[in-house]
Amino acid sequence: MNGKKLISKTYLALILFILYAPIVFIAVFSFTEAKSLGNWTGFTLNLYKSLFTGATPSSASLIAALKSTLIVAVIASAISTFLGTLAAIGIYNLHGRRKTAIKLLNNIPMLNPDIITGVSLFLLFVFLHVSKGYVTVILAHITFCTPYVVLNVLPKLAQMNPNIYEAALDLGATPGQALRKVMIPQLSPGMISGFILAFTMSLDDFAVTYFTAGSSGLETLSTYIYADARKGGLTPELKPLMTIIFLVILAVLLFVNIRTFKKTKDKTV
Amino acid sequence: MNKENVIINIEHLSKSFGDKKVLDDINFYINRGEFITFLGPSGCGKTTMLRIIAGFLNADSGRVTMDGNDLNGVPPHKRPLNTVFQRYALFPHLDVYDNVAFGLKLKKMPDDEIATKVSKALKLVSMTDYEDRDVNSLSGGQQQRIAIARALVNQPKVLLLDEPLAALDLKMRKDMQIELKEMHEKLGITFIYVTHDQEEALTLSDTIVVMNEGKIQQIGTPTDIYNEPVNSFVADFIGESNILNGTMIEDRKVNFIGHDFDCVDEGFGENVPVDVVVRPEDIYILSNLDAAQFVGTVQTCIFKGVHYEMTVLTDEGFELMIQDYNSFEVGSKVGFLIKPNDIQVMKKERTCNTFEGEMTSEESVEILGVEFDCGVREGLEKGDKVKVEVDFNKIDLQDNLDEGETNGSISFILYKGNHYHITVRTEEGFKVYVDTNDIWDKNDIVGIKIAPADMRITKISE
Repeated sequence: MNGKKLISKTYLALILFILYAPIVFIAVFSFTEAKSLGNWTGFTLNLYKSLFTGATPSSASLIAALKSTLIVAVIASAISTFLGTLAAIGIYNLHGRRKTAIKLLNNIPMLNPDIITGVSLFLLFVFLHVSKGYVTVILAHITFCTPYVVLNVLPKLAQMNPNIYEAALDLGATPGQALRKVMIPQLSPGMISGFILAFTMSLDDFAVTYFTAGSSGLETLSTYIYADARKGGLTPELKPLMTIIFLVILAVLLFVNIRTFKKTKDKTV
Repeated sequence: MNKENVIINIEHLSKSFGDKKVLDDINFYINRGEFITFLGPSGCGKTTMLRIIAGFLNADSGRVTMDGNDLNGVPPHKRPLNTVFQRYALFPHLDVYDNVAFGLKLKKMPDDEIATKVSKALKLVSMTDYEDRDVNSLSGGQQQRIAIARALVNQPKVLLLDEPLAALDLKMRKDMQIELKEMHEKLGITFIYVTHDQEEALTLSDTIVVMNEGKIQQIGTPTDIYNEPVNSFVADFIGESNILNGTMIEDRKVNFIGHDFDCVDEGFGENVPVDVVVRPEDIYILSNLDAAQFVGTVQTCIFKGVHYEMTVLTDEGFELMIQDYNSFEVGSKVGFLIKPNDIQVMKKERTCNTFEGEMTSEESVEILGVEFDCGVREGLEKGDKVKVEVDFNKIDLQDNLDEGETNGSISFILYKGNHYHITVRTEEGFKVYVDTNDIWDKNDIVGIKIAPADMRITKISE
């Protein structure tokens, strides 16, 4: 019994170690200045300093890439959340075969390999003579983010009392007011998780961005790192940036989990 | 009909979902201050009717007027009526106060006025002190009270209630029935109530509209509906009843279960087949056989709290249900009496199946959407339009679907004392009526077979 427990605990520890070792590795080496990874030349915060001040040319272009990544991610996930919520409400009100068909159509872009989405959007934009840049990248990101929002909002609709919207109308709300005052508050947990998912999908997308940004000079983090790695040697400031992104995500996850934990506890009391 | 007093008028209302006709040419009116109930089994169209009045659905044809104004095209938020939904439909993100205040806030009423009205409404439903409570923490009954307060606070002219008590347990339902009735009397507004529970309808309503398959079967007061059902559907749906085949011999004389009885009905004609309804509590059961109109044997006897419910088999072979305060031993020989005014005689809707069809050859006819073999028919040829009559007991229902010419599902079963009268709805939507001794269940799928010799075929001259 005890031996079994030991094995299972060791196994778990091993898995966790494999999962988190690379991140921990980067985090640790973000506090030293050595150019090549794995060389410890003493503790320093210089990389963080140069990341925030943009002192070196490489850190300045890294900051620029980060900025455009965030611009794309925020705009794309906001628009996706809006479109996805409306689409989910529409799908929810369909019936039978049409509902199944539209749900399937919604799932295909998520399963479709990014490279195919990227190339086909690239060809579409060429065909339509849309010049590459923020517009094409954001449109492309909306395309692959929206299905995730739909997928997050649909269950919330299913949980909702089907008469709630009608009840609002019945009490004198216009369809718009009913949507704002009754539907949106009910759907907001799904919309928020959809937004977060869309945001992270947009944040680390490479293939689609690579094809839709073209030669416009627009670089997001992923395309910047790719180009950087090809030139040989990663920008050292990447290490503190990765660490910060990881910590931010960790903080958001902890916040969300603690909140839901508290809520369920409140309900049982 | 006093026009002054009518608040809602419904004319020629029809609605279909796909091929299914849910409402079929509905006409009636609702008086101001009336407590009216739509009563019927599930799928009879009662909820659809309520949703059309509320404005959540549009009718295919016909119109609804309120105080003389056509409601067609008026969106729900502009109609001067409010709804209490079956599953409460409270807004879970708002507390009790904000739920009740929802409609008033939309009207941009001053806050202090809202506060007064909300507390008055909560008092009406005995939910004072609950203002700050989260609606999810309330019991089903409490949630329903809040839903009623939320609707009434807007002072609607008409309150619509869609099976509001269906989700509550029996004891709570009984209490709420009494409270609803009191609220209706106190407020004096019109209540339109939808339920499938006949007891609830009888308890609450001023007027009951009995519906089945999209059609109004009967409109009347609870006593009218109970004592004088117009057809066997109403008699069967409302309360317990013995429904039997009979013959009106002459005015005030009817024959059923093999005996002649005095009754109070007139004007049916002589020797006309009729349906007879006798309520179980209206058959007097006695141990003295000499004084009885007819005799039989007790088969079962169950104590029901206030009375005993017995099934008896008459010497002529009819099974009857009887309710009496006294119990009689199973197997004992007993006598029965029925008073003339406890016999309700109803005109038969039909005495045999009548199908319209067309000859497809000299020995086959198309009816019910399929071809039936009918044997060689002299004088009829291919293409002739014909009327085919088949007696109820000449239609053969088969377990094995392949043996039937067409299939159908059993939609209604009526026990007639010594046989079952079954309505079968075919896939194409035709209705076939069958008398049988076999026991079937509702929604069973059966094959339908008719022997060629049992078809009476007559040509329809154009």
